Amino acid sequence: MSVAIKVENLSKAYQLGQIGTGTISRDVERWFAKARGKEDPFLKIGETNDRSVAGSSDIVWSLKDINFEIQQGDAVGIIGRNGAGKSTLLKILSRVTSPTTGSIKAKGRIASLLEVGTGFHPELTGRENIFLNGAILGMRKKEITQKLDEIIDFSGVERYIDTPVKRYSSGMYVRLAFAVAAHLDSEILIVDEVLAVGDAEFQKKCLGKMKEVSKGEGRTILFVSHNMQAVKVLCPASILLNEGKILITGNSEQVIREYLFNQEVICVEKVWEDHDRPGNEIVKLSKAFMHYENGIIPEDGNFDITRKIGFTFEYEVLKNGDIFTHGINMYNNEGVNIFDSHDVNTIIRNEYREKGKYSATVWLLGNIMSEGKFSVNIALFKASPLEIFLLEESVFSFNIIDEIRGDSARGEYILNFPGIVRPLLFWDAKKIN
Amino acid sequence: MVKDLKMQHTVTEHNGNEDWDVLIEPQGHLFDLKLKEVWHYRDLLWLLVRRDFVSFYKQTILGPLWFFIQPLFTTITFTFIFGKLAGISTEGLPGPLFYMAGITAWNYFAECLTKTSTVFRDNANVFGKVYFPRLIMPLSIVVSNLIKFAVQLIMFFALMLIYWMKGTVIHLNVYVLLFPLLIIQMALLGLGLGMIISALTTKYRDLVFLVTFGVQLLMYATTVVYPLSAAPEKYRWLIAMNPLTPIIETFRYGFLGQGSFSWLSLTVSAGITILIAAAGTLIFNKVERNFIDTV
Repeated sequence: MSVAIKVENLSKAYQLGQIGTGTISRDVERWFAKARGKEDPFLKIGETNDRSVAGSSDIVWSLKDINFEIQQGDAVGIIGRNGAGKSTLLKILSRVTSPTTGSIKAKGRIASLLEVGTGFHPELTGRENIFLNGAILGMRKKEITQKLDEIIDFSGVERYIDTPVKRYSSGMYVRLAFAVAAHLDSEILIVDEVLAVGDAEFQKKCLGKMKEVSKGEGRTILFVSHNMQAVKVLCPASILLNEGKILITGNSEQVIREYLFNQEVICVEKVWEDHDRPGNEIVKLSKAFMHYENGIIPEDGNFDITRKIGFTFEYEVLKNGDIFTHGINMYNNEGVNIFDSHDVNTIIRNEYREKGKYSATVWLLGNIMSEGKFSVNIALFKASPLEIFLLEESVFSFNIIDEIRGDSARGEYILNFPGIVRPLLFWDAKKIN
Repeated sequence: MVKDLKMQHTVTEHNGNEDWDVLIEPQGHLFDLKLKEVWHYRDLLWLLVRRDFVSFYKQTILGPLWFFIQPLFTTITFTFIFGKLAGISTEGLPGPLFYMAGITAWNYFAECLTKTSTVFRDNANVFGKVYFPRLIMPLSIVVSNLIKFAVQLIMFFALMLIYWMKGTVIHLNVYVLLFPLLIIQMALLGLGLGMIISALTTKYRDLVFLVTFGVQLLMYATTVVYPLSAAPEKYRWLIAMNPLTPIIETFRYGFLGQGSFSWLSLTVSAGITILIAAAGTLIFNKVERNFIDTV
């Protein structure tokens, strides 16, 4: 087998701070320094690439000296915490941005799916969008025409194929978009967390398709995900990134274990500074905390299994006139997505939002989750058509513990208690004879 | 399997001279315009043009009528203000015909310029997610506007026909054959200037405000509302140096038989056009690689 992708000494530096104000003066400063024959002040900062030390400068190395090779036909997972450099690596591989130093060499066409449905136009019909999206992803019109029936069939929206996609439900939209992507003919496929959308059945179909693509057709896949389950299923090998460097590479099981072990951080309360609040131009997340019904926040991150847990987050709407809702995704320490929940009952979820601060709380009832370590993502999104304004991963990391007082689903049982969830159910039992 | 490069050293050296299809490096060659890739993506260009066209008339009530309304009303306004009120010479041509010739040609250039100058901002979403030769986007703008231009040209021809039937003498002459060259020049100028501005606006946002304003000023420095012969002697050389002036003048001269035509000024204008287009393409090509980090 031959090498399909070779990454050598890859680094990427980002400039922090407000770009657009003060950059002209910075540029002038650089020119001035150069004109006097001095060193470029911009590059000088780059020499120290220790992230912790470089905190005072405004250059951050998002990736630093990455080296790896991927053999043709392999499916490789890329995992790591937020800010580990996964997205940067993806962006460079997708040629959306270029590296600061180093190089990537690849054999065959590279197609990247950082998002499904890029370039979809709401006014165009499903069929027209297949052609447009396919062409954006690098397909020739001829190829698309050949595969058109297959794509429509896979998407399962044949009835509405000549309807403008603005009338599609979010599910249909995603199906159609993924169907186009799934029929790309490139030798190398780079997939971001696109599987995080769509219903469970469709997700399964996508995963199946991707497996088929890597195993059956011998194509090389790079898969970035927070869903450890999906990585395990799809990729025999994985790369774990941490702070812009490769921590370990190898067998997925082993890498995932390492990743989870690395994640031993508790977080039940987070406040973002004004300049790094996550979000987009419409809405930004400002604060998030977990608490009991009486408002107490257990600082040690240990929540009692029998008690109701509140997840509250506050965000600021910066622009009038959008409709969107808020939600959470909950994962256990094996990366299994135990449940997702979004607001289906308040009135504001259907209202055109006005500028201002909002707060949302969702209550997780007691006696539902099992014991263990969990993490929660926060999302703000438009449900139809799906548009994610903000997805902040692993905002919360906390433990649920059972003190075995006898009032939980354990009863008096004290040994290993399996099961992904642990609802306290009610039994009927009587002597019948 | 993933392997660490260090362990693979021997193998790596072995593979050192293999041909790679894709090479991603910090700095591309300045003159590597990836025209081969642009050619590969030519279908995308047509689909984008189609998208622009379809979405344009789908979202409006009057639909394609908008193509006519804008130049028509501008012509009427100009005829009234510059012709009737200010009494600027139209070299003996009927006012509406004189102004519409200028406006039709000018609009094509102006639309190419303004649309291209915001190409990064308008497409940040797509550019941030998928790679394709970025040059496709400005090219599709130029072609999209060509359709609009063709429609407006039909209106201009209709007006010519009306005046001809009314008995106005229209000296349609052999220089009309230069028309394709004029279109290419206008497209290249709009594209080139637009790409220079688009590249600069990714870093310096304030330039965006300058564009709409600047285009308007530039129109008055071009012979759209007055003929070159009517320009004050003192500034005539300046207006004649504007690469757009010979284009508009030649356009009028070819179709209507009036205007200052000279091979010299047209050649100079073509030379400047090529320089601007080349500079624009190079700058665009350079910025395109990293703009997503700053936008």
